[in-house]
Amino acid sequence: MIIGLEHYLIVAAVLFTLGVAGIILNRKNVIIILMSVELILLSVNLNLVAFSAQLHDLTGQIFALFILTVAAAEAAIGLAILVTYFRNRGTIAVEDISMMKG
Amino acid sequence: MSIATAFFYLFSVGVIASAVMVISARNPVHSVLFLILAFVNAAGLFLLAGAEFLAMILVVVYVGAVAVLFLFVVMMLDVDFAELKQGFLQYLPVGILVGLILLVELVTVVGVWAVAPQTVLSTPTPGGLSNTAAIGEVLYTQYVYLFQAAGFVLLTAMIGAIVLTLQHKPHVRRQNIAEQNARTRASAIENKKVPSRAGV
Amino acid sequence: MISAVVFLPLLGFLIAGMFGPSLGARRSEIVTTALLFVSCFFSWVIFGMVGLGGGAFTTPVLGEWFTSGALNVNWALRVDTLTAVMLVVVTTVSSLVHLYSIGYMHEDPSRQRFFAYLSLFTFAMLMLVTADNLVQMFFGWEGVGLASYLLIGFWYEKPSACAAAIKAFVVNRVGDFGFALGIFLVFVLTGSVSLDTIFAAAPGLAHKTIHVFGGDWDAMTITCLLLFMGACGKSAQFLLHTWLPDAMEGPTPVSALIHAATMVTAGVFMVARLSPLFEQAPAALTVVTIVGATTAFFAATVGLVQNDIKRVIAYSTCSQLGYMFVALGIGGYSLGIFHLFTHAFFKALLFLGAGSVIHAMHHEQDMRNMGGLAKKIPITFWCMTIGTLALTGFPLTAGYFSKDAIIEAAYAAGLHGSAATYAFVLIVLAAGMTSFYSWRLVFMTFFGKPRWQQAETHGHDAHASAHGHDDHAQNDHGHGAHALDPHESPNTMMIPLYVLSAGALLAGLLFKNAFIGHEAHEFWRSSLFFGAENHILHEMHEIPEWVGMLPFLMMLGGFLLSAYMYLVSPQTPVRLAQRFQPLYQFLLNKWYFDELYDFLFVRPAFWLGRLFWKGGDGQIIDRLGPDGISARVLDGTSWVVRLQTGYIYNYAFAMLIGLAAIITYYLVSGAH
Repeated sequence: MIIGLEHYLIVAAVLFTLGVAGIILNRKNVIIILMSVELILLSVNLNLVAFSAQLHDLTGQIFALFILTVAAAEAAIGLAILVTYFRNRGTIAVEDISMMKG
Repeated sequence: MSIATAFFYLFSVGVIASAVMVISARNPVHSVLFLILAFVNAAGLFLLAGAEFLAMILVVVYVGAVAVLFLFVVMMLDVDFAELKQGFLQYLPVGILVGLILLVELVTVVGVWAVAPQTVLSTPTPGGLSNTAAIGEVLYTQYVYLFQAAGFVLLTAMIGAIVLTLQHKPHVRRQNIAEQNARTRASAIENKKVPSRAGV
Repeated sequence: MISAVVFLPLLGFLIAGMFGPSLGARRSEIVTTALLFVSCFFSWVIFGMVGLGGGAFTTPVLGEWFTSGALNVNWALRVDTLTAVMLVVVTTVSSLVHLYSIGYMHEDPSRQRFFAYLSLFTFAMLMLVTADNLVQMFFGWEGVGLASYLLIGFWYEKPSACAAAIKAFVVNRVGDFGFALGIFLVFVLTGSVSLDTIFAAAPGLAHKTIHVFGGDWDAMTITCLLLFMGACGKSAQFLLHTWLPDAMEGPTPVSALIHAATMVTAGVFMVARLSPLFEQAPAALTVVTIVGATTAFFAATVGLVQNDIKRVIAYSTCSQLGYMFVALGIGGYSLGIFHLFTHAFFKALLFLGAGSVIHAMHHEQDMRNMGGLAKKIPITFWCMTIGTLALTGFPLTAGYFSKDAIIEAAYAAGLHGSAATYAFVLIVLAAGMTSFYSWRLVFMTFFGKPRWQQAETHGHDAHASAHGHDDHAQNDHGHGAHALDPHESPNTMMIPLYVLSAGALLAGLLFKNAFIGHEAHEFWRSSLFFGAENHILHEMHEIPEWVGMLPFLMMLGGFLLSAYMYLVSPQTPVRLAQRFQPLYQFLLNKWYFDELYDFLFVRPAFWLGRLFWKGGDGQIIDRLGPDGISARVLDGTSWVVRLQTGYIYNYAFAMLIGLAAIITYYLVSGAH
C-alpha cells in the first residue's frame, strides 16, 4: 500500500501519546521526564516533515530544524538544572520532589 | 508491498517500540539507549519522507550530542534501578484511559480529514537542487533572522548550563588573567633590606 | 433679654467645651461663671418685670424647627411668671454652683470639661423652662438628662461613677418613654404640641375617651398619667427613684445643682406648666398625690439610717420632691412651685455645705468618721445649721412657709377625698423623720468626739478610692505623718454658702405673699391654671388650730429625739440597730429596691441582650453571613488544595485531561 500522509501522522500521534504517558506515569526519576519531552518533540518534528512533504513546502522542514535547535538547548539546560538539583537535594526521584505541595 | 512501505513499517515499529521501552525500562541507561534507537529510527522515517538533511542533522545533533549528554548525566548521577512502585499501578488505568482517548482523537482527526489518497510523498526539490541546498536557499534568505535568533538561543543555553553547573573546586590553582595584568610594581614587589647572611 | 438668659450658658458651654484645653482651666472657669452671673442678673430683672411687676407675658419666636405633616414645631421662648420663677431658681443656683466649683474642683485636671458640662446643663434646663411647646420641652428634658449623665460620670475612671451615670440615664429613660407617649397622645388628641393650642383645647377634652388595647379609657387621664410617668423618672419619685442616691457619685457641686435644685424639679415644673391638662384629669391628680406622698414617706425612712453625708441629703431631696408632688396633686400648683423655690435655696445650701465639709475632711464622706467639726469649721457649721432649720420648717425660715402650707393644704383637701388624707398622714410623719435625720446629720458631723482622729487609718481606705482623680495638695505631703486638720474652705466656696443662707432664711418671708398669699392671683395670672372646683388656696386657711401646730410639733419632736440619740446617749442608735436588725437592714438597703430591680429588670435585660448577642448575632447572623461564608470558603479551598500535590506529573496529567477535554469538545460540537 502506498504510504500516505496519514500513516506518518498516526505514527506521530502514537509517539506523542507515549511521550505524554512517560511524563505522567513516571515515578522513577526526572531524566525520564526529560527524555519523554524529547519524544514529544520528535513526534512534532515528524508531523511537520510529513506535512512539508505533502504540501511541497520547505517551511515545515525549516521549522523542524529550529525545533531541533531549541530542543537541544532545552535539553542542555534541563540537564544542568537537574544536576544542580541533585547536588542540592541528593535525589532525583520524582516522588520526593513535592515542595510545592499546597 | 514496496520497499518503501516495508521500510516505513520497519522504522515505525522501531520508533514506537523504542519509545515504549524508553518510558518503561528499569535501568535508566537502557532508557537512554532506547532513546537513541528511537532517534535513529525517526531519522529513517525522515529519510523516507525526503528530508535527508534533517535526518542527518537529527542523528548528528540529537544522537551525537543530546543523547550522549543524557547518558553522561545518567551515569554521573548514580541513579539506582527503580522498582515499579505501588502508585504506578494505582494511576495506570486512568492514565492509559486518557492516553487512549487522546490517541483515538488524534487518529479520528486524521481519519475525518479527507486525505488526498495515493499520494506518494516526494521530496520538494525546487529547481532540481538537493534537499540540503534547497534548505540552504530558504534558510539564509527568508529565515535568516530566525536563524540568528536560534544561534542566540544556543549561546544562551550554553552560558546557562555553564553558570548553573560550574563549581570551582577549592584549592585548585588557576590563572586570573585580569588580575595578572592589573598587577603593579607597588603591589607585587617589596624591597627589604636584609643584612648579609641573615636571611629573609 | 430672655434670649440672652437662655443662650449665654450655651455660649459658655461652647467656649469651655471647644477652647477649654487651649484657653486653660482658669480662663474657662472665669468665662463660664461670668456668663452665668450675667444670665442670673437678667433672670432677676425678668422676674422683677414680669413676675412681681406684672409685666406682660410674651413668647418671642426664634424660628421654625421642623414641620412634618400636621405637626409644626417652632423654637420659641415662653415668658410668664412660672418661667420667671424657674429662671431665677435655675440661674441663681447655677451661677453660685459655678462659683463654688472654682474652689471645689481646684485640683482637678479636667475642670474645663466640668464647667463646660455645667453650662451645657444650665442651657438645657433653661430651654426646658422656657419651652413653648412640648417638643422643645422634651429637647430640654433630654438635654438635662444628657448633662446629668456626663456630670455624674465626670470622674469616668471610676467604674462606680460610670455605672451610676448609666443607671441615672436608663431610669430616666423609662420615665422619658412615658413622657414621649404622653406627647404623642396630646398631639393625637389636639393636633398640636404648642402649649397655647393645647391649653385652649384642654377643657373640650374633659370627658373624651380613647379606644386602646380593646378598652375605652378617659383620654385626659391617660395622657396625664403618661406625662406624670416622665415626671416620676426625672424627679426620682417612688419606683423610679433608684438613680438618685447613686447619682451622688458625681462631684458635690453637681449634686447641688442637678439633684437638688434644678433637674429633679423639672418634673414638678412640667406638671405645674401643664396644669390646664391636669385639671381636666382628677384621677391623674389623685395618682400624683398618692405617689408623691409615698415617695416622701419612703425616702424619709431610708434617710434615717444612711451613713454617707451626701446620701442623707439626697434622700431628703427625694422626700421633699414628694411634698411638691403632693401639693400639685391636691391642686395647689402655686404651693408646689413655692416649695420648689424655697427648697432650691436650702437644699443647695445643704449640699454645698456638705461639700465644704467633705473638702475639709479631705474627701471623707462617711459621717461615722466625722464629729466635733463645729469648732474646726464654724462658718460651714452655721450655714449647715441654717439650711437644716429651713429644711425642717423652723418658724420664719423659708421652709416653714412652704412646707407647712403644703401640710395644711393636704389636710384641707383631705376633707374632700381620701387620697389627700393618706397624703396628709404620710407627709406629717415624713416631716418628723425629716427633722430627725437632718439634725442627726448635723450632730454626727459637727458635734461629739472627733472620730476622724482615730479613724485616720481606715479613713485612708475610704478616701483612697476618692483619691484616684483628685490629688489634694495637702494630702501629698501629709501622707507620711498624716495629721488631718479640717479647715475652712476658700472664699469661692463660702460666698455661695452665704448667699444661699440668706435665701434660705428670707425667701419665705419675702415671697410668701406673692407665691401663695394674697397677691398670688396677680402674681401667677395665667401661667398656672386652676380649675373651676379648685379652691385649695382659700380652703387651706380654714383649718383647725392643731393642724397648724402639727408640723412645728413634729419638727420639735424630731430635733429632741435626734439630740437624745446622738448627743446625749450615742450608744442608743447602735443598740436600736442591733435590736431591730432586720428593719435596720431593710432601711439601710433602701427597702431592697435595687436588688428587686436587679432581679426583675436588669438580669432579664442582660439575659435578653446576651441571647441576642450570642444567639442572634453570633449563631445566626454571623454564622450565616461572614463567618459562615469564610468557613465555607476555607472548606472549599482545603478541598481544592488537594489538587496541588507538588508532583509535576500530576500537573502534567491535569494538563492532559484539560487538553483531552478541549479536543473532545471541539470534536463533538463540530466547531472550527
